[in-house]
This record gives sequence, C-alpha cells and structure tokens, in this order.
Amino acid sequence: MSAMAEELPALIEVKGLSLDFPLYHASGRSLKKTLMGSVTRRMGQDNRHRVVVQALRDISFRLDAGDRLGLIGSNGAGKTTLLRTLAGIYEPATGSVRVHGSLNALLDPNLGMNPNLTGRENIMLRGLYSGLYGKEIEQLEVDVRRFADMDDFINLPVRIYSAGMIIRLGFALATAIRPQVLLMDEWFLAGDANFMERARTRLEDMVRGAEILVLSTHNTDALLDWCNRLIWMEQGRVHRAGPTAEVLTEYLGHPVQPKVKT
Amino acid sequence: MATRDLRETLTLWRLCWTLAQLDIVQRYRGSLLGPFWLTLSTGVMVGAMGVIYATLFQIEMHDYLPFLAISQVMWGYLAVLVAESCQGFTMNEGMIRSVRMPFLLYGARMVVRNVMVLAHNVVVIVVVDLVLWNWPGPVAIYALPALALWLIDSLALTMLLGAVCARFRDVPPIAASVMQMAFFITPVIWRPHLIGDKEWMLPFNPFYTMLEIVRGPLLGTVPDIEVYISAIISSVLLCGVTWVFFGRVRGRIAFWV
Repeated sequence: MSAMAEELPALIEVKGLSLDFPLYHASGRSLKKTLMGSVTRRMGQDNRHRVVVQALRDISFRLDAGDRLGLIGSNGAGKTTLLRTLAGIYEPATGSVRVHGSLNALLDPNLGMNPNLTGRENIMLRGLYSGLYGKEIEQLEVDVRRFADMDDFINLPVRIYSAGMIIRLGFALATAIRPQVLLMDEWFLAGDANFMERARTRLEDMVRGAEILVLSTHNTDALLDWCNRLIWMEQGRVHRAGPTAEVLTEYLGHPVQPKVKT
Repeated sequence: MATRDLRETLTLWRLCWTLAQLDIVQRYRGSLLGPFWLTLSTGVMVGAMGVIYATLFQIEMHDYLPFLAISQVMWGYLAVLVAESCQGFTMNEGMIRSVRMPFLLYGARMVVRNVMVLAHNVVVIVVVDLVLWNWPGPVAIYALPALALWLIDSLALTMLLGAVCARFRDVPPIAASVMQMAFFITPVIWRPHLIGDKEWMLPFNPFYTMLEIVRGPLLGTVPDIEVYISAIISSVLLCGVTWVFFGRVRGRIAFWV
C-alpha cells in the first residue's frame, strides 16, 4: 500500500506453519466454566482440553513474483484457512508467514461490503481502506463501474443486487486496486460465462505484471488455465506439491491436458 | 503488536471518519429530520424528566434543568457506547474474517460515531442554557481536558469490552445490568449533595468522577481535587488493563468472533 512496499518484489514465504482452530462457542465455554475452572484448581487441568481443530499442520512453501499457485483438496482440507492466514487474518500458532508486497484477498463474496450502503459508498470505503483518496477514488469508481457493468445500480444499496452482480462488483473492486499479491477463494468462479471471460483477461493482465496469485478452487479448467504450481492439501497438510498438470493428474486419477489457448 | 494496531489505525483515519459518518447516514436514511431526531428525542426526554424530578425533589427548575441536561446527554453517550462496545467485534465478524484491518479501527469508528451523536445532543444543553439564560462562564474551559480524557477512555473501553465480549458471550448482559445499576447509584439525575453525610463515598465511584469533571465546569464550578484524582486513576487503570489484555489476545480475536 505504501510507496516503500511497491518497490520490493512480491514474495510469500511460509515456514513450518501450524494453526489450531479453537472452537470456543461450539464447546460451550463460558465465563462460568472458566471461573469455576480457576476456582477449583483440579478442574483447570480438564478445562485445558479444549475442542480444537488442527486446521493446518507443518506447511512450508515459497512463492516468488510470477508464481501462480493453485490449492486443491477435499472440503475442509484447510485451503481457506491457509488463505486467511496468508492474508494476515489468522495469526499462526507456530511457524512463520512472510508476505512482501501489497496484498488483496478475495475470501468472501461480499468482501466485507456493507449491504445497506450503495455500490458507490462501498467503492469509496474500499478505496479509503487501500489508502486512496480524492481523484484516485473517482478513478476507482469509473474503473469498477465499467468492468462490473453496473450502470445505475451503483446508486442503489448492495443488498438488492443479484448474487452475480455482487460477485462482479467484488471482483472488479479487488482487481481494480492492483495488488502485488492476490489471494482468491473459489466463490468468484460463479460468475456468468461472459463475465468469466472478461475476468480471466483482467486477471491474466494482473498476473503477467509479475505478481503472485494464490487460488483455491475445485474447478480444474481454471487451475490449468491460471496456475503453474499446485499444492494438494489433505487434513491440513501438504499432500503433494508440484507443477499443475502433474499434481492434477494424480489428484483426479486420469491424465489432464492443458487447454490450447486460442 | 498493539502499537502496530494503533499506528495502522492512525493512517486509516479517513476510512474511520467515513465509516462513522455512513453509519449515521444509514441509520436515518429516508427520515425527514435525519440525525436531528437524536436532538429532538433527547430534548423531549430532558424536558419531561426535568418537570417530574424538579417536582419530586422539590427543587428549583432553574438550577435543576441545566444539571439534568448535561447529565443526561453525557450518560446517554456512555450507556450507548458501552452497549455498542459489547458487540464491537462480534457484529463486524464478516469484515474481520474477510479483510485484515487494525482492530482499533472498529473501536475508533464506534467512538467517532458516538461523538457525532453527542454533538447533536449538545444542542439540547445549549438550548436549555439559552432559555434559562444560565451560562457557566469562563470556568467551562476546564471541561475541554475532561472531554479529551473521555475520548481516550472511550477508545480503551471499546477495545476492552469488544474483546472480552467476543470471548465470553455472558458479558454483554452483565455489562448491561452493571450500567443500569450504575445509573441509579451515580448522581446522574439526582444532585450529589442529596446523599447527605455519605458524600465522602462519591469519589470512589468512577462513573461519578468522570461525569463530574465534565459537568462541574459546564455548570460553572470546578470539581474538588479528589474528583480529579479519582477520574485520572480510574482512566489510567482502564487504559492499562486494556493495553495489557488487548496486547495479549489481539491475535486470537479473529477466532473468537
């Protein structure tokens, strides 16, 4: 975001990352239980056995400028948790995560957008969040509006938008503020075919500019098109890592061919 | 880590201001008076309570109404801030999980929003002073450092309650009943001297001393030194506890919400 950060080449370095996901409210831990636990000391031992999900285990990899990493694996393998950790939302329990360069994460379709505010207001907030103001925000609005094909909807609250429109807006916003590192969860592939074509062009533009992409999806076409490396995750661990076609062949159990680009 | 949070929030002050402004705009979108509903409802409340309590306590309306107006406006700010702080992080769950933002930003947004509300309510105090022609005089300037202390404490309160309430879901109702109780044991609607020979106990009530350092100067009197000492000690305690607690749990808040 700052001028300093722009000058460093983008880099992601993950070393021995592990993350436990404590399930506080599922296990019914309340003030009462904690107080009782500290009053009766012997119960305290038992209380330490919290319900935890071992979300990530001993993950290490390094991505340099130009790398496009795809994450595959069954549901609950830890793909989204890994993305959130890279985005700095979850702090690692052990190990380290180093990310250089401005970062943008598309983890949630509504991107923290406020559904009661209009498209224009949400664009403004996003711009302010990224450290833009004045003219730059106006430019951002023009750009997002053109790409997302929004016309007059920009002055209406986001809550009345169709699902596709929200995704277009989110995608346009996230890619308008050129991040050096883009993290993306699979929701955005839900756009209509026409939009997907444009989305790909825009994304390819961005990745070509020596940036890093980390994409989590089950869509093999997207992986073959967009990613040069894959990490196959199972139960929070790296199961296989390597070039896209290789890992994907093993994952699907049959050979895959990269599509011939027209 | 907590220091970084503070620094990042300062660089995002524009975002914070806009968020707070949009909160208010959004709340009153489509209404005729807009945020001046705040002024009007506080005004009506102060007027009605003024008549009833002046009769009940058998006191001169001319003295009582300015006192009540200031108390009610400041207490209203505090009560709403406490209630909102309890949901400060849990309500922004979606945002916390999808974008990385300094946590203090959520607190600062709440404080700015409530200060904007307060600014609308201050009109009531001014109108009361105008109607009764009862101005505090130059002593009122002492209220300014007191208001600055309120701001700092407000920020600490939002962070502390926000984090504690995200972790322990029993705290919001506890906080609500503590505030209710505090309203009655603190001289908000009743004047401090009514408590008689127990008046020496009042400086031990941080709600009273915090309120008095603003209210006293605005009514034309400077509070006693004990009141100031108590207000400063409780503020330092609040900020200290918040700093230590928040510094320790910051990394875990994303799991709690």
